[in-house]
Amino acid sequence: MLEAITLARPPMLEPVSLALPPGTVTGVIGPNGAGKTTLLKALAGLSRGPGSVLIDGEPLTPHPRRLAWLPASRDAVWPMTAATLVALGLGPGAAPDAQAVAAALAACDAAPLADRPVNQLSTGERARVLLARALVARPAWLLLDEPIANLDPGHRLDVMALLAAEAQRGAGVVLALHDLDLAARCDRLLLIHKARLVADGTPADVLQERHLAGIFGVTRAANGWQRAANAPLGD
Amino acid sequence: MIRLLALLCLALAAASLAIGPVDLASVWARNPELARALFVELRLPRTGLALAIGAGLGGAGAATQALLRNPLASPDVLGPSTGAALGAVLAGYFLGAGVIGMAAGGIMGALAALLLLLGLAGFGAGPAAGSTRLVLAGVAVATLLGVAINLALSLAPSPFALYDLMIWLMGSLADRTLPQLLIAAPLIALGLALLVRAAPALDALALGEEVAQSLGVATAGLNRHIIIAVALATGAGVAVAGSIAFVGLVVPHLVRPFTGHRPGAAIVPAAIAGAALLLAADIAVRLLPLDLRLGVLTALIGAPFFLSLILRGR
Repeated sequence: MLEAITLARPPMLEPVSLALPPGTVTGVIGPNGAGKTTLLKALAGLSRGPGSVLIDGEPLTPHPRRLAWLPASRDAVWPMTAATLVALGLGPGAAPDAQAVAAALAACDAAPLADRPVNQLSTGERARVLLARALVARPAWLLLDEPIANLDPGHRLDVMALLAAEAQRGAGVVLALHDLDLAARCDRLLLIHKARLVADGTPADVLQERHLAGIFGVTRAANGWQRAANAPLGD
Repeated sequence: MIRLLALLCLALAAASLAIGPVDLASVWARNPELARALFVELRLPRTGLALAIGAGLGGAGAATQALLRNPLASPDVLGPSTGAALGAVLAGYFLGAGVIGMAAGGIMGALAALLLLLGLAGFGAGPAAGSTRLVLAGVAVATLLGVAINLALSLAPSPFALYDLMIWLMGSLADRTLPQLLIAAPLIALGLALLVRAAPALDALALGEEVAQSLGVATAGLNRHIIIAVALATGAGVAVAGSIAFVGLVVPHLVRPFTGHRPGAAIVPAAIAGAALLLAADIAVRLLPLDLRLGVLTALIGAPFFLSLILRGR
């Protein structure tokens, strides 16, 4: 169980209190600038605001096997190979584990990229390598900021299936995402709007017409998503 | 690779001990006492200082680039070396400090420059503290400190002191003494040891500050650790030898491909390669017919390399 109380600070994010069970995939959705990244960072213990994060009742101390954080940035400064980058996810001073690196790359369909310098990969390819870095130590908690952004439709489905499999082995997965169709595949959704947690429940509960039109300004139509008529993007 | 570099270093050190205006063997035949004095008082300090200072500059360069996640960062581009020179000038020529005082002044100067740089660049302010901002801040710090050195020059107590200062600032290992080696080498070694200890954390930092934190790296503590270590590794050397440009910038780029581009893992090979480069440059200075200063030679090699780095777009 990952418990987080009165996280971050307004105006970035109003205080919230959450308890997330392991073995589930929790999606964080909301318009641009709503506070998804702030919430995820707070859950990962990376925000400097007041609040506390407990894992199984213990205050969170960083460790590669306890919790992995994947930022939305796809930047890579050094031209190291994908395999070298993924190996860094084992933690500073950890023993090399080529098997774990190969398995993580394969899980993200990035095995053929292993020996390529990461700065020569496409953004989507690099996104998969960076996800493999987050998975390599088999952490108990995965906190992922938009892991499927930049990915093609096939790889988006692959990554959602991979995260479901991670939850099956007992990991707790929290991810921010914009794809509302794929958000429906999460076990639980948190809807953030204007720095506030406005809905928390199953996808069926959260992805209601009034939220979609009122907050995202979209409606479902026969040919896909449509901009809602007089979308009240205000509130 | 480390073994190969170390062998190269040893060979160059032996060559450095053998090369000089007089042939030690023939002096030994005539006057063993004089040969011994020449060796211990001149050749040994010169070779030892080239080894220590080169290693300090190379290792500190690799660590600076790793900490700031910027391949263009290095103590001599961003100001710490200039700060060390200013600190040593102030301590040595204006406060009348001796060898120890100048070393302390050099370390304080490097430390002050690093703190000023990180303050200006808003280090730790998250993604806003970008590479461009940092390099710009470094250029500003280096320029400011350079001007401060010029001010110190114009306030020199006498024309002789001015000449002395100018020559010293060009960087040289000629006529250094055993006490200078005995003071600088342990300080540089301590700085390097601190840098090597932080190597795994610096590797993790390649993934970004937040990810490194989530992997268990205490990034605030790491910043302090590296700043102090870089000041030790460069400050004492600059205080003894003056400014020796570009070694800290160039050497990490030469060795990083052999460490899988892991920035922390490059510290040890960069230190050894820095020692080898400075030994080679110091031998070249002695063999060349021109009266070229060591710092001038390293800048002549380093500047085109720096330019090619920029032209290749990092």
